[in-house]
Amino acid sequence: MTDAPLSRRALLAGAAGALGAQALRRTGLAQTPEHSAALAAPPDPTKVPGSPVSALGQRSGFERPRRIATGSISLTPLQDLCGVVTPADLHFERHHAGVPTIDPQRYKLLIHGMVERPMVFDLAALKRFPAVSLPYFLECSGNGASSYRDIRPELSPQRIDGLTSTSEWTGVPLATLLREVGVRPAAKWFLAEGQDAAVMTRSIPIEKAWDDALIAYGQNGDALRPEQGYPARLFLPGWEGNANVKWIRRIEVADRPFMTREETSKYTDPLADGTARMFSFVMDAKSIITFPAYPVTLPGSGWWDITGVAWSGRGRITRVDVSTDGGARWAPAVLQQPVLPKCHTRFRYLWNWDGREAMLLSRAVDETGYVQPTLEQLRKARGLGTYYHFNHIRAWRVRWDGAVVFGLEG
Amino acid sequence: MRAMAAACALALVGSACGRRETGEVRGGAPKPYGFGRPAAADEVRAWDIDMMPDGSGLPAGSGTASRGALLYQRKCAACHGKTGTEGPFDPLVARERRPDFPFGRDPTLVKAIGNYWPYATTLYDYINRAMPLDAPGSLKPDEVYGLVAFLLWRNGITADTAVMSAQSLPRVVMPAHDRFVLDNRRGGREIR
Repeated sequence: MTDAPLSRRALLAGAAGALGAQALRRTGLAQTPEHSAALAAPPDPTKVPGSPVSALGQRSGFERPRRIATGSISLTPLQDLCGVVTPADLHFERHHAGVPTIDPQRYKLLIHGMVERPMVFDLAALKRFPAVSLPYFLECSGNGASSYRDIRPELSPQRIDGLTSTSEWTGVPLATLLREVGVRPAAKWFLAEGQDAAVMTRSIPIEKAWDDALIAYGQNGDALRPEQGYPARLFLPGWEGNANVKWIRRIEVADRPFMTREETSKYTDPLADGTARMFSFVMDAKSIITFPAYPVTLPGSGWWDITGVAWSGRGRITRVDVSTDGGARWAPAVLQQPVLPKCHTRFRYLWNWDGREAMLLSRAVDETGYVQPTLEQLRKARGLGTYYHFNHIRAWRVRWDGAVVFGLEG
Repeated sequence: MRAMAAACALALVGSACGRRETGEVRGGAPKPYGFGRPAAADEVRAWDIDMMPDGSGLPAGSGTASRGALLYQRKCAACHGKTGTEGPFDPLVARERRPDFPFGRDPTLVKAIGNYWPYATTLYDYINRAMPLDAPGSLKPDEVYGLVAFLLWRNGITADTAVMSAQSLPRVVMPAHDRFVLDNRRGGREIR
């Protein structure tokens, strides 16, 4: 009974809600959550008590960002986000045999192969090691495919590049675990294997383990989402999503790659010279303007803050240039600080639109001096039939009436 | 394969840009910490299901195309098509007659076992671990060998009488075997 005052507030809130619902039924507009939320707002919030505290928070009913879920992927709504962090429930998904349900009490990670001491770590053991928490982007290497061939004007940032997200990842450095089991000197690779129905496997060069790979169990302060590998996943900062094996159950250390299905028949990049590139792990520098972008229509000319995200799997973004005239002139965008390596970087460029047709482009540069290529450059280097790693410059056409459409032409 | 591994290691030397302090090395940290427990031999055996191109990991057993054909119709054809070309999911059968592996130039080409897979052992490894989609991991070694024999025959790589086993499968040379190259992107000014 100590929470009597709260109960009273809850009662009041409940009563207000019931009245609101009644009113809605009368108007006939209580069809969608958007409407009920909108119309449930009191005319003056200072004149009625607000809602009570709750055990689990949720978004304002006015905000309804959604992934686009289709087939085995779901896309992050980049145009609805601000800053650089992706809310965990909007992090993109790509699964090869669905999302498994794994009991954390029964979870174990086996490390064996070319090691001195084959070992098993349960979740409690993994969490007992000194942990690190760092923000990194994660991107599917197929991201951007819809802007490379068969390009349509009606493409949103979410449709084009929604297979990238940024989270703060918490976990134990894989190097710590490898020291624990004692890796033999001849070891060059390790196999990472998931506990999903695809029993997903990728071979990873062991240098990445000594560099910055994690066995991650935390995401944005919370446990990993099931869709991102609960209870633990491999995380390889800056490397293509598929290699970041989710629901990881086994690591086998070896002196060669295993040539699994994913790293041979799938995540390889055919090139124009009659070869196919394999083990193309690093995601090269890329950027996309997320506002203004399709399906937005600018209501008028004047000052508009062009904004978007840039990222590079090779380190920090050092510069993003923006052009509003299709690439004739470029000017540097402001990078939101701090700029972190292998992490989404927010950029902004204040634009005074004169109301005439415009073409908006962004071009990222990373700390290696790599400059995000044009579509023409990428097609020339790799061919029209290539696949994966589509990091060319994106374009948005602003029409005289303010309507914005995707600007690249097939 | 070893040459490829060495080249990969070289390729990674230049990739440490952007590395930041991970907090991994700390003064006075115990080595080892002593967390976790030794793995029992039988739990390693139960999970160690991978196969390598040299045949290591392949189990005893064997299969032929004729036996695999029956199983294929029962368990695979609904997704991959009666002859392996119809879909609706990944087509498995295709040969490319042009000698220059034109996948990078021709976006209409369909990647399949006969024209794109570089290693025959991968077929066993993948079917064994992940297929059929509604009952992954349910096939016995003889059944997997039979399916592999059937698919290799359908793709025109082996004879219809070929027996697939731990000895014969690693010796099958796939048409696309020599087409794969290591990643040569390094950052910097060049677009590759």
